[in-house]
Amino acid sequence: MSTPTTQQDAQTPQPQGQTSRAPAPQKKKAPAHRGLMIGAGLESGWEALWANRLRSLLTILGVIVGVAAVIAVVTLTQGTSELLNSRLTGLGTNVLTITPGSTTTGGAAGGLGSRQSLTEDDATAVASVPNVTGVTPVITVSAQVIASGQNWNTRVQGVTPAMQQIQNWEMAQGAWFSDADNTAGTPVAVIGQTVVDNLFTAAATEPLGQMITIRSQPFRVVGVLKSKGSNGLGNQDDVIYIPFTVAKTRLNNSQYVNQILAQVNDANNVDGAQTAITTLLEQRHNIAAGGQDDFQVRSSTQFVQTAQQFSTTLTLLLVGIAAISLLVGGIGIMNIMLVSVTERTREIGVRMAIGARRADIRNQFLIEALTLSCAGGVIGILIGLIGGWALTNAFSLPFIASLPWIALAFGVAALVGVVFGFYPAIRASQLDPIVALRSE
Amino acid sequence: MSGPSHSSAPPGAQNPRNVYDGQATTLDSKQTRSPGVQPVIAVRQLTKYYILGQTRVPALRGVTFAVNAGEFVAVMGASGSGKSTLMNLIGCLDKPSGGEYWLAGTPVSTLTSDQLADIRNRRIGFVFQGFNLLSRASALKNVALPMMYAGLSPTERERRAHRALELVGLASRAHHTPLQLSGGQQQRVAIARALVNRPALLLADEPTGNLDSRTSLEIMAVLQTLNQHGITILLVTHEADIAAYAKRQITFRDGRVLSDERNGAPRDATADLLRVRQRSDEPAPQRQARIREEPV
Repeated sequence: MSTPTTQQDAQTPQPQGQTSRAPAPQKKKAPAHRGLMIGAGLESGWEALWANRLRSLLTILGVIVGVAAVIAVVTLTQGTSELLNSRLTGLGTNVLTITPGSTTTGGAAGGLGSRQSLTEDDATAVASVPNVTGVTPVITVSAQVIASGQNWNTRVQGVTPAMQQIQNWEMAQGAWFSDADNTAGTPVAVIGQTVVDNLFTAAATEPLGQMITIRSQPFRVVGVLKSKGSNGLGNQDDVIYIPFTVAKTRLNNSQYVNQILAQVNDANNVDGAQTAITTLLEQRHNIAAGGQDDFQVRSSTQFVQTAQQFSTTLTLLLVGIAAISLLVGGIGIMNIMLVSVTERTREIGVRMAIGARRADIRNQFLIEALTLSCAGGVIGILIGLIGGWALTNAFSLPFIASLPWIALAFGVAALVGVVFGFYPAIRASQLDPIVALRSE
Repeated sequence: MSGPSHSSAPPGAQNPRNVYDGQATTLDSKQTRSPGVQPVIAVRQLTKYYILGQTRVPALRGVTFAVNAGEFVAVMGASGSGKSTLMNLIGCLDKPSGGEYWLAGTPVSTLTSDQLADIRNRRIGFVFQGFNLLSRASALKNVALPMMYAGLSPTERERRAHRALELVGLASRAHHTPLQLSGGQQQRVAIARALVNRPALLLADEPTGNLDSRTSLEIMAVLQTLNQHGITILLVTHEADIAAYAKRQITFRDGRVLSDERNGAPRDATADLLRVRQRSDEPAPQRQARIREEPV
């Protein structure tokens, strides 16, 4: 172009072939204004945070710790309750466990079961309670067991054959001893897989029919149990079952038993049977109504409930700690956002000068805070899952990633970003563009 | 020639704006030729007071002038003369205490802050003394920023930002960050950013204040070329030799207009630049030549 301009408003150059497209694109702009700001805000927010990587990471540490703690603990407790549920069948379904109460010696209370109050006759009486399908008294001793030159310390329990059904034992070899064995007091034994491993595997002998020595008494192995694995509380396979009468006379020599197990025919009858057994035993033990029982009747469900109560308490405690951590993390985010607003006052001024509305500036810093806290949330979730995996592995629990909890933890992290990012963002948006432009 | 065809356009489209049509090298200036059109800037009895404690400090004491489309006006004055206050008011960064201001036919004095933001976005292009580019963003992203606030699509933003950079001769530096550019290049990026939303007015506040005299000449050459393309420019400066490149000079003193003169023979920055370069035996100024050769 070469036209010399001598007048202010007249001699502007003539575009070539462009006369027909003037204001049209201008009008199309406005409606798109809002929606497009989010993506742009994310981009500029990410740039700003990436430019201060270390600072950003330190800022979100509180959020990371909080979220990771929640996820790890939840994974752990979920694994625990999952295991408890799966072991409910292992413990025996609809089983009531009757244990002696605690002793009180000179005012000092002993532990549960320390008292000797249950007898074989109690077990016989419990068997007559309606809906009770199987009962066994249990005598438990810990004993050194010797076989084929090996020895092993294990739990030896004197039980009636009803035990097999009560605890859902399946046989790997042989059969459970019979009622006749129990009545006659035949010295026979049914042994768990761990006992087999420790006494017979080394010598490569078949356990069935072999003699084992328990507290100097010889027993013949008539059955080998299928492995049940650990229940999280102990190895269920590390056990030897012998007839109750034999245990009573040869190992314990006492009229008292350690436990009575009673199986109820239906889950709906468990509570009724529990009450009936309690009443029956109170009568048998001459305990007046309202008096202190010298025994305790618990259902397997209650074991699980107790354990779950514990894990709920643990969850609440750690969620509380996590909440504090998130609060601290949020304050950290607010602090760093305020610093960021101060540092970038001039940038805010420039953005305002070239057309950013107050809401645009506010959103930019809100998105930045949100990016921070969400990044903290994601990192925290990853660390929490890894930690939870390690913990459940260490305690041989099943690893379950709980989606609702992950979503909740992420949501809370995002909320922290919005709540604590709001004040700095508002402050940025309220800056006077002239003052902001002049700042260094 | 195109005036009659636009007589039925809505009032908003009547503004005497030099609108790029998307081809950065061409300008649609037909509306500037329409007869009876409003000036780009019209201020009447504009006043501004600052409250300092109990006292009212006057910064502008009633200023009246008009700038028509296609003008290149230098606003001069010593510090404290009110030119910065005027700049802030013209730039819609501040609201006047009294008087009236129309920007391209829009009465700006009464608008809300969001409306002012939109005016700054679409009607005014700012060029600052300190360039004021975002240091982390590339030249291209800096130039695209105003279009983000205008709500244009990313592809459209990029396309137009490229054109704007071409216009100031920096197309090859599109992906450099400001720190990788010289001061003069940064200022040209800033000019591209100011132009990218096709404003009615380019507002340059001491654009050469941070530059050496030769780079200043380069910037003035760019501004003059843009003005020849039809862009209205208001340049605030305290340097008389910079103001000499403008076609009109308004001088302020104590918050009033001291003088308002047409400059019949403004200096030609491109010619001056050529002279300087020939004196120092440099190769011909490629970039400037390119701008001048752009088809218009």
